[in-house]
Amino acid sequence: MKFSDEFETRFAEMLGHYPTKRSALVPTLLYAQDEAGALTDEVIAELAGRLDLTELEVRNVISYYSMLTTKRRGKYNVQVCTNIACMLRGGEELLDHCKRRLGVGHKGTTQDGLFSLEEVECIGACSWAPAAQVNYDFHENLTAAKMDDVLDEYKKKSTQ
Amino acid sequence: MATLVSHPDEVRVISKRFGQGATDIDRYLQLDGYKAVQKALAMKPDDLINEVKNSGLRGRGGAGFSTGMKWSFVPKQSAKPKYVLCNGDESEPGTCKDRLIFEHDPHSIIEGVMIASLAVGAHTGYIYIRGEYRYLSVIMQKAIKDAYAKGFLGKNIFGSGCDLDVYWHGGAGAYEVGEESALMESLEGKRGIPRIRPPFPAVVGLWGGPTVINNAETLAAVPHIILGGADWYAKLGTPKNGGTRLFCLAGHLNKPGVYELPMGYNLKKMIYEVGGGIPGGRDLKAVVPGGSSTPVLLPSEIDVAMDFDSVGKTGSMLGSGGVVVLDDTTCIVKFALRTMKFYRHESCGWCIPCREGTDWLEKTLTRFHAGGGLKKDIDNIYYLAENMLGKTFCPLGDAAAMPTMAFVKKFRQEFEAHLDGRPCPFEKAGAAVMV
Repeated sequence: MKFSDEFETRFAEMLGHYPTKRSALVPTLLYAQDEAGALTDEVIAELAGRLDLTELEVRNVISYYSMLTTKRRGKYNVQVCTNIACMLRGGEELLDHCKRRLGVGHKGTTQDGLFSLEEVECIGACSWAPAAQVNYDFHENLTAAKMDDVLDEYKKKSTQ
Repeated sequence: MATLVSHPDEVRVISKRFGQGATDIDRYLQLDGYKAVQKALAMKPDDLINEVKNSGLRGRGGAGFSTGMKWSFVPKQSAKPKYVLCNGDESEPGTCKDRLIFEHDPHSIIEGVMIASLAVGAHTGYIYIRGEYRYLSVIMQKAIKDAYAKGFLGKNIFGSGCDLDVYWHGGAGAYEVGEESALMESLEGKRGIPRIRPPFPAVVGLWGGPTVINNAETLAAVPHIILGGADWYAKLGTPKNGGTRLFCLAGHLNKPGVYELPMGYNLKKMIYEVGGGIPGGRDLKAVVPGGSSTPVLLPSEIDVAMDFDSVGKTGSMLGSGGVVVLDDTTCIVKFALRTMKFYRHESCGWCIPCREGTDWLEKTLTRFHAGGGLKKDIDNIYYLAENMLGKTFCPLGDAAAMPTMAFVKKFRQEFEAHLDGRPCPFEKAGAAVMV
């Protein structure tokens, strides 16, 4: 299992921050997932070994956190918020628009593996609603047309 | 990233460095940065606690507990190390304020953690940021690194002989983790399941050591209090509600945004003047005053001072500062359903009243909104919610119950209008039910 140098530096530093190794688990899982695309069996075994945990203990933690996944998502994970503040300003319609445009439903991935779609809970963009995150990037004050532009941008980025 | 707004009624304390480039440590220093912690180093811990107590600062995460009081609960002597934990897991629907502090003024949070540590005798602090806020984690990691490089953190800070470490920590998507005991579980590398209290975190917290847990905005206010003085801060607000706070105006408003207003600012003014009123001149139907878990207010109830005690008197809560405005085109049943869908999704499942209650409430509200409601459902929704109240380890059960009870109590007629197989009166003919 090979992670980036940046990952390894951060991981080594983090271990020094806590009295127990296990404490580094949650953020480390997210960084590992970002690099490996998903928390595969191999990643789980690797991190369990490094943190003196059983694979089961690691899986128990993974299943709790909504951002963590054992299944690969699209290259760009489109997360549309439909919680109250976004709902009042068209979040549900935006999600519907994304479903039609990408041809997939909640937690679906396009056939080319480029996009996956997720309806998510509040992402902390309530005053700039409706909002979505594509991977970690925030896109706010969206309309269907603006969402199209956002998706076009990512599509273009993937061919560059 | 998030757009900044302004209004003449704003009193900028926490937000005074927003848009000023204060993520850069040298710029932060020019703007009075790290002066408060140096002042604090020369003060006795008890004097620090008293200063914060006298400032009237109350927890900005939602509970509104006196920050100084919370600090005073930490035992002076402890065999185990003490900790300060900054809660930046901001996830309460309607709330997007901590995000701006992390984005524009990360050092103020570090400084707040440092002063809290000096006050309670901790030598380690953690700043927990929700996983979705990755760009803010990048900013915070750099800010901490810069503070170490200047010698503000680590061994012998500012030549005082005192050692103090502050670390960043990140989440991975869980509302529940914003609850203090679940937050500690998450930091310890576990599922975010709440702990029973007592013992309270101030006595038995992280890894069994006494721990102070404060919201990011609360901690960001602390350096300003130490520099400006308790009296100055207290007078900005109303009695027992010191200072200012960041209000997140959201929903049906012409000028939504995060505004820093004095505690006790009038809600009606907040909606119609600061927030620019309701688009299209439509009528106000309801306001959620402090994040999704706070009971809804009717238009007749909005002439209220936005402080913890005044909003409390209306039967609601000031909460986390998320003001969500609903105009008259909003279906309350649908709004109640979306709120409950959230709590069902976020319930960790540890306590049965919450796990089962949120699930049954979502199911009932879904059927009800789709036109399959029965008259007895209305009382049953209230009954289910009422039976979650106070019966769970953490307040997530209450957070789901309280708004639901208010929706039924204050909008019973609207629930009744959904009865007898009629579709939701607010849905356009033929429109799909969106849940």
